[in-house]
Amino acid sequence: MSDFIWPSEEGGSKRLDAQDRAIVLATQAGLPLVSDPWGAVGEQVNMSGEEVLARMQAMLERGVIRRIAAVPNHYRLGYVANGMTVWDVADVDVERLGREIAAIEGVSHCYQRPRHRPHWPYNLFAMLHGRTREDVERQAQVLRACLGEACHGHRILYSSRILKKTGLRLATANPQTASTETDAQG
Amino acid sequence: MHCQSQDFDTLDRRLIDCYQRDLPVCSRPFHAMAERLGASEEQVIERLQRLETLGVLSRVGPVFDHALAGASLLAAVAVPEEQRDAFAELINQVPGVNHNYAREHHYNLWFVMTAAEERSLDERLTQLETTLGRTILRLPMLESFHIDLAFAIPWAELEGI
Repeated sequence: MSDFIWPSEEGGSKRLDAQDRAIVLATQAGLPLVSDPWGAVGEQVNMSGEEVLARMQAMLERGVIRRIAAVPNHYRLGYVANGMTVWDVADVDVERLGREIAAIEGVSHCYQRPRHRPHWPYNLFAMLHGRTREDVERQAQVLRACLGEACHGHRILYSSRILKKTGLRLATANPQTASTETDAQG
Repeated sequence: MHCQSQDFDTLDRRLIDCYQRDLPVCSRPFHAMAERLGASEEQVIERLQRLETLGVLSRVGPVFDHALAGASLLAAVAVPEEQRDAFAELINQVPGVNHNYAREHHYNLWFVMTAAEERSLDERLTQLETTLGRTILRLPMLESFHIDLAFAIPWAELEGI
């Protein structure tokens, strides 16, 4: 099995060898909730618990793993209003303002994406989560104030229905891979 | 829909509040968490299992860099509202479509598509445009400002639900 390499945002490259990949596949749905989770993963992938832990620490350092956490489902915790806010922001200011609004409470994701004029003038996306639509509107007003005169228009697109939500697929040349949950929002 | 806050005691709440961002990455992580929270390792494991079963935690484990999934793209398409679900079905059948949300806008279907590389992603989208008979808005990420902060869970406010 050849190594799986992809370019990283920092300009370098990230590499997964066969052992790392086996660990990714064995842990993507969650760690076994036992006293020695690394040993339990090791049994599945024919490695010692120490090696599994060392490899996971190394993947964390390289940024292959962003974090290891108890990942909450915010919807279950009452954050049922989900608003994708989209903003038409002057190109010269978008990077600075993107960083600013990403730090505002309630913003879970914030990305710059291309405009497609005339139908789609928006170049900055910020995902807002609240308990009600009123919460989301209030958060959007805070963002609007932060963007100031650089902002030429915005919309809030509420989700009315989830028509599909599954994990992502680990991209390898090997088609037998299972689904991998990541932070991706496209 | 969602859980009642009285379903969660102090230990549950502290587990979520303290560890939604990072778990201790050491040889016995649940033991380390138990020591910090003044509980036993068995209690911590039992609570995490329960919170997973309830769906309050989607999982306890690694969150991978999105590039692991290869190339990915946010896409949107405008379809007649009354045929929305039928169009969504066609989109969902395409390999690599992993999220699809109906949104209240002229562009009413929003989906994320991934593929091993840009070229196959592009080919699939072009083919899907033919299937749907509609142009797809292609919105790749140009820059991420994501800083991945933990959420403050409003436990007190949830009491009232």
